[in-house]
Amino acid sequence: MLILMVLLALAALSAGAYAMGRRKARQATAGAAGRPHSLPGYHGAYVALWTGLPAAILLFAFVAFGGRIEYALISADPPPASAGITAERMATYYGDVQSVANGQSTSAVVYEGAAKTAFDAAVAHARSTDTLARLLAAAAALVLAIGGFLLAFPKLSKDFRARNRVEGLTSAVLIVCSVVAVMTTLGIVMSLLYESLRFFQAVSPLSFLFGTDWDPQIAMRTDQVMTHGAFGAIPLFAGTFLIMIIAMAVAAPVGLYSAIYLAEYAGRTTRAVVKPALEILAGVPTVVYGFFAALTVGPLFRSGFNALGAQLVGGPLNDLGLYLGQVQNQMALVAGAVMGIMLIPFVSSLSDDIINAVPQALRDGSYAMGATKSETIKRVILPAALPGVVAALLLAMSRAIGETMIVTLAAGLQAKLTANPLDTVTTVTVQIVTLLTGDTEFDNPKTLAAFGLGLTLFAITLVLNIIALRIVQKYREQYD
Amino acid sequence: MSYISKDPSNPSGSPMTTPERHQGDHADGVPEIRLRTAAIGAHADAPTGTLKVQAKKINVFYGAKQALFDVDVDIPGKAVTAFIGPSGCGKSTFLRCINRMNDTIPGAKVTGEVLLDGEDVNDRQIDPVTLRARVGMVFQKPNPFPKSIFENVAYGPRIHGLAAGKADLEEIVEASLKRASLWEEVKDRLNQPGTGLSGGQQQRLVIARAIAVAPEVILMDEPCSALDPIATARIEELIDELRQQFCIVIVTHSMAQAARVSQRTSFFHLGKLVESGSTEEMFTNPKDSRTQDYITGRFG
Ligand SMILES: Nc1ncnc2c1ncn2[C@@H]1O[C@H](COP(=O)(O)OP(=O)(O)OP(=O)(O)O)[C@@H](O)[C@H]1O
Ligand SMILES: [Mg+2]
Repeated sequence: MLILMVLLALAALSAGAYAMGRRKARQATAGAAGRPHSLPGYHGAYVALWTGLPAAILLFAFVAFGGRIEYALISADPPPASAGITAERMATYYGDVQSVANGQSTSAVVYEGAAKTAFDAAVAHARSTDTLARLLAAAAALVLAIGGFLLAFPKLSKDFRARNRVEGLTSAVLIVCSVVAVMTTLGIVMSLLYESLRFFQAVSPLSFLFGTDWDPQIAMRTDQVMTHGAFGAIPLFAGTFLIMIIAMAVAAPVGLYSAIYLAEYAGRTTRAVVKPALEILAGVPTVVYGFFAALTVGPLFRSGFNALGAQLVGGPLNDLGLYLGQVQNQMALVAGAVMGIMLIPFVSSLSDDIINAVPQALRDGSYAMGATKSETIKRVILPAALPGVVAALLLAMSRAIGETMIVTLAAGLQAKLTANPLDTVTTVTVQIVTLLTGDTEFDNPKTLAAFGLGLTLFAITLVLNIIALRIVQKYREQYD
Repeated sequence: MSYISKDPSNPSGSPMTTPERHQGDHADGVPEIRLRTAAIGAHADAPTGTLKVQAKKINVFYGAKQALFDVDVDIPGKAVTAFIGPSGCGKSTFLRCINRMNDTIPGAKVTGEVLLDGEDVNDRQIDPVTLRARVGMVFQKPNPFPKSIFENVAYGPRIHGLAAGKADLEEIVEASLKRASLWEEVKDRLNQPGTGLSGGQQQRLVIARAIAVAPEVILMDEPCSALDPIATARIEELIDELRQQFCIVIVTHSMAQAARVSQRTSFFHLGKLVESGSTEEMFTNPKDSRTQDYITGRFG
């Protein structure tokens, strides 16, 4: 609350500083000859930034790291031995102290007797520390704000280069933001790498990457089974790619053809209706596609195949009939087909953009040669757009590989090495979800396997995306 | 008949490099002489040769905006006709009426008749695709396809099935490139992309592409606007040579160029045809004061 009020005060102070800086600049330039270096607004912004920014940074730092400092202060003061808090329980104890001090009504552990006395004392101590820290932070922020103002304000003069300073500061803020984005990504990758390393200490990378047997449940029970290759990821990747190929078989032709239709054939009114419709389709949450696949498409396909099987039983295709008769809901075909439908708007809107980017002059050139529309599309537009279309398909592939919700709901859990689209397969993402849901401890290969899978998946999609972006870049250069 | 440059009915006699078959293609189906004395009579100084294209009362609208107003132009065969006029006066628009490229512009509407060898190109019976094979076009900005030099020139012959085989196709490509005087520069790099050529080379490449299908009429929209004087001179030479076989219409902003390459000139102004006549007449003795002003550089 206090911090919030100080932030508001800072905003008000900055606004005041802005007005004062601007007025001073106006006065400085009013009488003087020649043009001032910077507009008055820049002078105001300069003072305002110096007033508000350092103090705001301090406050944010306090909010982010203040808790840790307080924790260090509290734990510097251990409970008396009579309280009977053992070394192992110390962390829980301090955590309890801090949460009670912060307003939680009861602690997780019930303390009694000497421990209770010590605990209450520690809570009181923590409260007073906290209050003091907040007051100190607020005061420091205000001092910084005033100091910043006093530092910046006297500098203003007609020739002061306020614009360059403000622009420098603005670009610094932009740099910090992009650094935050990059560092976060890097941090995620590092933690992925770190946990994967721990996994690969337990399971050899070779048996992980090339093993054909996936059965993490057994591995959790006994240690030896792990070494027998129960963490072979091949079936998972095979399942992932099988579903991806089915999805692309649906999305690539339908998406591409609808893009061609939209870009070259559709009239203005059709375009005005179909394009937004496709974009809405792109906005459907994948979980909706997931239960569409699991509850509608799956049973539909199964009953279809079962009925077909029943027809074939007894005939020359008896075996096939028997097989079709026992097809399950969770076949790769269902997950793949629904994922393909999900990808259609993705492929078509990317391809549509790419086809539209082919210069009109090329179309005119082709039409003027007496080419028909379809000849123009086949011989000029598509070849010209091909690199971009390939890139769009690669991006769609990497989405298909990383897609989780549809396969979690519609694909199976059984890791099977098969190319049969009617069979049940599982995917990398499904396995990551199952490995990490429920109560998990991050110290056994079973859960760590999720990181190994994640890292491999990341590497694959990264490579796909890099190739795609490279192609798009090449393609752009061609027309710039 | 009075022309500034050579008499089109008396070609210089330099041997044609285009395969005979090309000329044959069209000579078969297209009657050479469609003399329309009435129309020609309207212009006392019109050439007495064949009339290839006749436009009658052409009006063009882009949406609600009218770009051309009742334009009548006669274009003789085997000669160069130049269209001049200030920017935005409708020269390109008129050019696009002849091969119906205005069809591809959404919202564009054309009324009136454009007779190609006496047949209205806007007739329901006429397929714009076959029409455009007869009326080639070279655009203001060179627009080679992102294909090899060879494939660029082979494009038309391929889609119209003009070549009997590979050797035949190669022959057509070579002949067309030679006529566009590009062959020497590209004969060793036919498989490289056409987009990698210089601007002037690209312009000659698209001319080669246009003549590869042996059209009867070639429309050129400011073909030299992006070229240096040397490349311009080569294109002009090329036009001069091509006119012995084709009917050529050229839009240009250069009075000197119009005077050099054309036998007839039409002056457009604000969407109207102001004056048409032999180039010599137009440049030495224009009837309309606006023509006079434009040619002498007083406006436009
Ligand atoms: N696609 C179009 N849509 C709408 N208006 C157009 C279109 N093309 C041309 N116009 C208009 O029609 C008029 C004639 O244009 P046109 O391109 O024929 O002029 P031009 O004589 O070729 O000019 P320039 O010498 O600059 O090439 C202009 O006013 C132009 O704005
Ligand atoms: Mg023009």
